[in-house]
Amino acid sequence: MRLTLRVWRQPDPDTPGAMVTYGIDGISEDMSFLEMLDTLNEELILKGEEPVAFDHDCREGICGACGVVIDGEAHGPERTTTCQLHMRHFEDGATIDVEPWRAGAFPVVKDLVVDRSAFDRIIGSGGYITVPTGAAPEAHATPVPKPAADLAFEHAECIGCGACVAACPNGSAMLFTSAKVNHLGVLPQGAPERETRVLDMVATMDEEGFGGCTLAGECATACPKGIPLQSISMMNREFLRATVRGR
Amino acid sequence: MLSMALATRTDRRPSLTRTLWASTIGKKTVMALTGLIMLGYLVAHMYGNLKIFFGPDSFNDYGHWLRVMGEPLLHEKWGLWIVRVVLVVAVVLHGVCAYQLSRRDLAARPSRYVHKRPRASYATRTMRWGGVILALFIVWHVLDLTTGTVHPGGFQPGRPYQNVVDTFSTWYGNVVYIVAMLALGLHVRHGFWSAAQTLGAGSATRDRLLRTTADLLALVLTAGFIAVPVAVMTGVVS
Ligand code: HEM
Ligand code: SF4
Ligand code: FES
Repeated sequence: MRLTLRVWRQPDPDTPGAMVTYGIDGISEDMSFLEMLDTLNEELILKGEEPVAFDHDCREGICGACGVVIDGEAHGPERTTTCQLHMRHFEDGATIDVEPWRAGAFPVVKDLVVDRSAFDRIIGSGGYITVPTGAAPEAHATPVPKPAADLAFEHAECIGCGACVAACPNGSAMLFTSAKVNHLGVLPQGAPERETRVLDMVATMDEEGFGGCTLAGECATACPKGIPLQSISMMNREFLRATVRGR
Repeated sequence: MLSMALATRTDRRPSLTRTLWASTIGKKTVMALTGLIMLGYLVAHMYGNLKIFFGPDSFNDYGHWLRVMGEPLLHEKWGLWIVRVVLVVAVVLHGVCAYQLSRRDLAARPSRYVHKRPRASYATRTMRWGGVILALFIVWHVLDLTTGTVHPGGFQPGRPYQNVVDTFSTWYGNVVYIVAMLALGLHVRHGFWSAAQTLGAGSATRDRLLRTTADLLALVLTAGFIAVPVAVMTGVVS
């Protein structure tokens, strides 16, 4: 495959970036999008130019490290992560635009790399359960109803990639936060902190400068793990419940 | 002994109102509740307006009843004033939250994507400018048919039938009103469903029901309100 890439290049957070055009040839349809970028970088390095910086780790679609906006869509045209997106989904000869996540709370570090530590701070403010460490507890000691287990699992699938924020016209982190709140909130193990969790995580989310939700639905469309839009309504219910109950 | 990290914040938490007002979800909740109050009022208002099809006596009597509503428990016009105060508070709270949240949302997305594509946020954008149209319309509407300040021809207190016919006998009266009612339809269509999500009533199984109800409400309100100017224009009401 032969492609024209227009890639966002930005040397550091304070220098304004711009799209730079590169031609690339000999791309296999079986390559992942990241392997295609690797190929581009090899060429750039040989030419003595600065390679394109992008985040990645597992390349298996499970860690949430990767993610770029491809032709205006977070993680590109398929419902998967950028590392699991294959070049066969693009036309030979296509021009592809590659940009970083854009959100006030996710400042660009370099090129396609953004700082997503705001997500870590949301998790740090309540995305855990408090248990004494030690030997693993007996698995049957705490019965979990099947529907609760399924719901928790559905939400636990969130890998924290940030595509929801990137796709949202308001740069809102509601889908991510709702996935975390719902995951722990429906489980008996998460019950002791059920109220403080949602209140603290929502407060941190707001403090970090993410926008509010206008239910445009872009997040759920972009999410590679299929976290549904209704998760947001579920978290709203949790938030209102916790607000009224006192804490 | 290993010390366990302190998991929960043990400091005193802010009051309920403070928690709500300080958070994006709380502000959205205020918008949902005030929106539903306005929506309830509009359904009643639309229904009442249709009395115009039964002639001047029926309509003027209804107008008079609005003033004595709640008597003898309430004094004359008290009922009306309670409704007015609730509505003004609702409109102001709704507008203030909309403004504050919109500013925050725009700031949270400071740079645009170079590659543009049609976004599904059509509803969101019409909510903002549609809301502004509604706010301007409310002011015009009150000055036209309540105070008579901008009413075409001589405004006659206590004779709403004639006043309505006079308003809709001007081209601009019809245009302003019909445009505003179309904007209302769009606003309610996204707004009702949206309010359900905000208040935590959204779920996969209920989604169709909520969307259909929103569509029906929008359709009935818009059609019901627009029926009056159309009737005056076509001479059905004169
Ligand atoms: C004063 C003029 C108005 C302005 C400036 C305004 C503006 C807005 C805005 C910006 C939103 C948020 C949209 C979003 O999040 O996507 C909204 C939501 C809403 N509006 Fe209005 N609006 C106005 C009047 C009305 C009226 C007259 C009604 C009554 C039918 C209404 C009912 C609603 C409802 C039910 C919502 C949904 C609240 C939620 O998302 O939880 N609004 N409005
Ligand atoms: S909700 Fe989906 S899009 Fe958002 S961070 Fe989690 S996996 Fe990524
Ligand atoms: S690199 Fe781990 S999800 Fe893509």
